[in-house]
Amino acid sequence: MSPRQLTFHIFRYDPDRPEVKPHTQTFKIEEEMGMTLFVALNKIRDEIDPTLKFDFVCRASICGSCGMLINGKASLACKTLTKTLPSDITLFPLPAFKLLGDLSVDTGTWFRDMSMRTESWIHTDVEFDETAQEEKMDDDLALEIYEAERCIECGCCVGVCVTANIRQNFIGATGINRVSRFMLDPRDKRDEQEYFEVVGNDDGIFGCVGLMACEDTCPVGVPLRGQLAYVRRKMTVAGWHRK
Amino acid sequence: MYQSFSSDVLVVGAGLAGERAAVSAAQAGQNVIILSLIPPRRSHSSAAQGGMQASLGNSAMGKGDSPDVHMYDTVKGSDWGCEQDVARMFVNTAPIAVREMSAWGVPWSRVRNEKRMYEGTEIVEDPEKVGLITARNFGGTAKWRTCYTSDGAGHTLLYAMDSVVIKLGITVHDRMEAIELIHDGTRCYGVVARSLRDGSIYVYTAKTTVIATGGFGRLYAASTNAVINDGAGIAMAFNSGVVPLGNMEAIQFHPTGMVPSWILITEGARGEGGHLLDKDGYRFMPDYEPKYMELASRDVVSRRIMQHIRAGHGVDSPYGPHVWLDIRHLGEHRINTYLREISTIARTFAGIDPVKEPIPVRPTQHYTMGGIRTNKDGKVYGLDNLFALGEAACWDLHGFNRLGGNSLAETVVAGRIVGEKIAEFTKHATLEVNSALIEEHVRNVEGRIDQIRSRGKNGENWVEIRKEMQMTLELNVGIFRTAEHLQEAVDKLGNLYERSLNVGLMGDGGQGADPELVNALRLPGMVRMAITIAKGALERKESRGSHFREDYPQRDDQNWLKRTLAYWPEGAKEPDLKYEPVTITEIPPGDRGYGESNVKK
Repeated sequence: MSPRQLTFHIFRYDPDRPEVKPHTQTFKIEEEMGMTLFVALNKIRDEIDPTLKFDFVCRASICGSCGMLINGKASLACKTLTKTLPSDITLFPLPAFKLLGDLSVDTGTWFRDMSMRTESWIHTDVEFDETAQEEKMDDDLALEIYEAERCIECGCCVGVCVTANIRQNFIGATGINRVSRFMLDPRDKRDEQEYFEVVGNDDGIFGCVGLMACEDTCPVGVPLRGQLAYVRRKMTVAGWHRK
Repeated sequence: MYQSFSSDVLVVGAGLAGERAAVSAAQAGQNVIILSLIPPRRSHSSAAQGGMQASLGNSAMGKGDSPDVHMYDTVKGSDWGCEQDVARMFVNTAPIAVREMSAWGVPWSRVRNEKRMYEGTEIVEDPEKVGLITARNFGGTAKWRTCYTSDGAGHTLLYAMDSVVIKLGITVHDRMEAIELIHDGTRCYGVVARSLRDGSIYVYTAKTTVIATGGFGRLYAASTNAVINDGAGIAMAFNSGVVPLGNMEAIQFHPTGMVPSWILITEGARGEGGHLLDKDGYRFMPDYEPKYMELASRDVVSRRIMQHIRAGHGVDSPYGPHVWLDIRHLGEHRINTYLREISTIARTFAGIDPVKEPIPVRPTQHYTMGGIRTNKDGKVYGLDNLFALGEAACWDLHGFNRLGGNSLAETVVAGRIVGEKIAEFTKHATLEVNSALIEEHVRNVEGRIDQIRSRGKNGENWVEIRKEMQMTLELNVGIFRTAEHLQEAVDKLGNLYERSLNVGLMGDGGQGADPELVNALRLPGMVRMAITIAKGALERKESRGSHFREDYPQRDDQNWLKRTLAYWPEGAKEPDLKYEPVTITEIPPGDRGYGESNVKK
């Protein structure tokens, strides 16, 4: 069987050249065995148009660089095999993030801001003692924290989130999952009222309208539905406790 | 026109090593700026899977472990090529570093209160140790010493480290590429950088500059490395003409790169009890390495696999022959809990469920032991006020073969040790920089960019040159090396280097953040490093660790117990090779106890 001809329709726009209006450009390449969008996009750039902008780092679905809309669905380009797609493939940048050019968006700035606003670090008064043994933790709890920690900050859940697309400061499912990760962690000493200050508002858990596109989208399978429910329950209780 | 920033400490590279050093300086009250090609959490540190070595000795199979045992394993693993004073500091600090990362939030996997079967033996944990940080088996280690978080150790370490960077409010400029060191031949004052957002030029001056830009695996055609690991930061130091690179010929090939995407399958898969099988389903490693089997050092296992494939036992595929990595007998629960990331990778990229089928693997370029040569404090040879650490540096903890689990450990341990040295040094340092010197380096960078732009389509094509360079190293400077192939590589790469100096642009002129210009600009530095690898390998007429010469199959301590130092003088066409002795403080050269027992008497 002869290989398929793939036709890519790729969004092009350079914010530094506003005179060239946003448009889609068409590229045709031959499909190869086991081809991923990482391979395909690099082939297009190496052989057809060296100016095409996109982001890849690990190409192994670990680093979260390459989230984009693939035939309208948000996912990681590196892990998407072309054989799972029709021969016409449309690629758009992730919405909700600042566009840097073509398929490249500025997720880094967004995520650092989210980490600052959710204060995503261990809050404790305990000084690290070089000579002391580590605090014990049950392995099942460690695995539970890891489950939430597995988020790779690709931004796919943000790109597909209705709230995130209309409320610039909404922290998204990724941000709420991040908060749940610290709530689970006994090393973090914040109490529920402190968390309520961080996430008990409409930029946090109460901004979520429950459409669950995030849960359907997460390319690494973080159980976002459960994490959203967990944080909402904790924050609802915290709300009752407020004076 | 350029924007400029000044700080006490400038760190180039936001992986684990760079961030840990930045944290030390910031904790000392110093003003720190980190530059990174990408958002820090996307750094290649995040891709480390299996774990980091530290002799906590909490797990039953790690009982009796100590820094001394870790030291012996590391030195033996390096084939006596490492700096033993560095290795000693490292093994002593690793347990502290692993606990510090725990305090900062890493959800390390813990000792469980349950029995487990491993290779036919029942493991019973000490009830007192339940809940402490556990460890798994890795290659070339006498004890189970590799601490892990499932098989996402690098990811959890990097996220915890970056959380501290954010907490301390350390400035990070991402999508910023350091292009040239600002120096006067004796001292470094910072870097000229270029924004990958819009192509504009930036000047960063600092009392102390630190390079932590990772390794250069992408000089090879097939590498487990992220696409950013092209050694640009190392090339920047090399291009100064006065900074030497150490042991560039010491290239690690990981036994289990997955065919054909060359994505890493962690050593943890064999550590957990996985086997290597040939085309007949036969477990061949015990025949070659009766004692360590699949868990000899990486250089040895990679050679044994290729030896077995050469003998006709490989599985044929359109991507060349390979062997199988079989973890099915570990059971679904263990695989999906502690090897879940590589299982997902196998399912996604190879369409293989490792619970039911073996994974196709072949030795693949993975790590670079060489890099910017520093002393034991991380201070770079040849330029003052410049430090380097992590995979970018040749500190030299790994000699000619790094043990699995020792690179992730190096990032945070060197980050601590060198980070403190940086903070101490910076406390007493001043910054007075001549503006003419800055202008000169800015003009250099602008000149290089203008030349590439003006050549345009009349220049050489960077894609072609890069591909030829990668294939030349792949085919001629791989696991088995001979004078004939190495000479061929040196000649070919020399020719490619000439061409790289005339690189142009095939696209529309390299305006703004044009990705083609980024690659074209990096190209000559990459080819210089490639020549240096080949030339160092050609000159080293012995076999040591990962450097295996078929025409000199023995380790020759009499003539080659020394480190290669490569310089690239301005205008040179190939590197100038010098050598320095290896520091041996505790363990005299001996037999490794695995591998070909090839010590020349």
